[in-house]
Amino acid sequence: MTSSAMATARAASVSAAANDPLTNVQLKYRSQAVAKPYFVAAIGLFVGQILFGLIMGLQYVIGDFLFPEIPFNVARMVHTNLLIVWLLFGFMGAGYFLIPEESERELHSPKLAIITFWVFLVAGALTIVGYLAVPYATLAKITGNDLLPTMGREFLEQPTITKIGIVLVALSFLFNLSMTVLKGRKTSISMVMMLGLWGLAIFFLFSFYNPDNLVLDKYFWWWVVHLWVEGVWELIMGAMLAFVLVKVTGIDREIIEKWLYVIIAMTLISGIIGTGHHYFWIGAPAYWQVWGSVFSALEPIPFFMMTLFAFNVVNKRRREHPNKAAVLWALGTGVMAFLGAGVWGFLHTLAPVNYLTHGTQITASHGHMAFYGAYAMVVMTMISYTMPLMRGREANSNAAQVVEMWSFWLMTVAMVFITLFLTAAGILQVWMQRMGDTPLSFMATQDKIAFFYWLRELSGVVFFIGLLLYIVSFFIRGNERASA
Amino acid sequence: MSASFTKSTARNIFYGGAVFFFLLFVALTLDTVQALPKRDNRANLTEQVARGKKLWEVNNCIGCHTLLGEGAYFAPELGNVYQRRGPEFIKAWIKAQPTGAPGRRQMPNFHLNDAELDDLVAFLKYSSEINTNNWPPNIEG
Repeated sequence: MTSSAMATARAASVSAAANDPLTNVQLKYRSQAVAKPYFVAAIGLFVGQILFGLIMGLQYVIGDFLFPEIPFNVARMVHTNLLIVWLLFGFMGAGYFLIPEESERELHSPKLAIITFWVFLVAGALTIVGYLAVPYATLAKITGNDLLPTMGREFLEQPTITKIGIVLVALSFLFNLSMTVLKGRKTSISMVMMLGLWGLAIFFLFSFYNPDNLVLDKYFWWWVVHLWVEGVWELIMGAMLAFVLVKVTGIDREIIEKWLYVIIAMTLISGIIGTGHHYFWIGAPAYWQVWGSVFSALEPIPFFMMTLFAFNVVNKRRREHPNKAAVLWALGTGVMAFLGAGVWGFLHTLAPVNYLTHGTQITASHGHMAFYGAYAMVVMTMISYTMPLMRGREANSNAAQVVEMWSFWLMTVAMVFITLFLTAAGILQVWMQRMGDTPLSFMATQDKIAFFYWLRELSGVVFFIGLLLYIVSFFIRGNERASA
Repeated sequence: MSASFTKSTARNIFYGGAVFFFLLFVALTLDTVQALPKRDNRANLTEQVARGKKLWEVNNCIGCHTLLGEGAYFAPELGNVYQRRGPEFIKAWIKAQPTGAPGRRQMPNFHLNDAELDDLVAFLKYSSEINTNNWPPNIEG
């Protein structure tokens, strides 16, 4: 190498220093930097999810939009599967960042974490391409669904080989984190996080159980879907929120971990039997109407406690963390999870109400705000807190934070409106299609409520603008460093 | 929270509560599984119904429709379509798709042969005879 080439290389390495995990003083452990590609992928897939959401929203009012290129069922599969996969990328990134810091040691194998990342990303991308490129029945045939039929059930549409891939990725991830925890400090936050992640992997195994008996199929399908989102995922969410709040508030860990245990205790006490609110009308015995109603009526409690928890510790904070945006996301997660999962869930969870609302736009309204408020927002809380650290600074510039906060408000307010318009559509749907002496047919009802679908689509466009602004915020440098 | 309520108390409530309620859930599940034969119409779960369920799955019908209220909310409930429309209408409808009516929601054509159409209808008939505690509220689903 000539001396001038060496000088160029040296200059390049100096300018890259801020991004180099070897010299990054913000990271306590170098290996935490493996979280970065996970978060980048999560955001990228999030964009895809919203694009397909906008396509579906338009198909609700212009029925033949993009038909036959992208039929509604394909768009929906892409929309919901991208959501699940980007949240999983977010949880994994969070795990790789949080566990080394809590355990006070380097990740067991950063190399394995990067290999796992690429395997998961390629498998996920191939699956989505498969959904879009060939008819679903063809995809089932070429992926050997006949050998072990698991496809064609809501949210579990992935080919069986993809499901096996997800299990392998999860095992590699859990092995890596578990080895790190075992050799290091064990905190309540890391134990709760690990419990949630192991639970996620274990309950996913029920996705391989697909009996011919429709009632048994549906009954155990919920062991994946409900015990994920109203069970173990809340443990992951609680641990992520607690981790960020310890960092940004400087409040004594003992206090935060006590809150965490109380919250997740209420989560599982209410949420496990709360599964019963899905067993009202699928063939299970009628007693589930009592068990399901009573226990799922308690499910808002842990979410309300999460809101109290977040506001309480932020109000009593012992330091002013320069990353204001992360604090905003943390507070927003508490509020929106309570509204979306707690209040909108309670709205239709009692059996006599659910008899009328089951499988309507009311369900869709709850699904949207709950997933955004609880899981999308907690992942963005984690990204907001960790990304500046991985990029070599304690917090982003004020200019970047202002844009990030604008994106917070645009997405959050847009989601509130999406939820309200779908709720309005749902109430009218129940009224016209299920109440009264001369009920309308499904499609006649849909025509009558199209106005609210247009308003929902408009709110969706605002949400998308918010999301684009969120991405822009990562590229705003700003000379002025955020002051403490 | 009060200082006398310690973290280890909270932790014990968490582990105790989680284990207790999970075991209760397993117990209720065992009871449910024993009660199902009288409710889930398994007497009519024939080979043909099983083939129909497979067709239901590999064509991703749940991506637009609901079945016993679960699925997507883009197209009609099919748990009671057998009573609402009858077997011949269902088969004719599936064969006639897509309608191509401008601006209307479109259902793809899945190129099912007559035997497959019969399988699918058998599955929908079996589904419609599950004891769902009288759901849906009326024939419109």
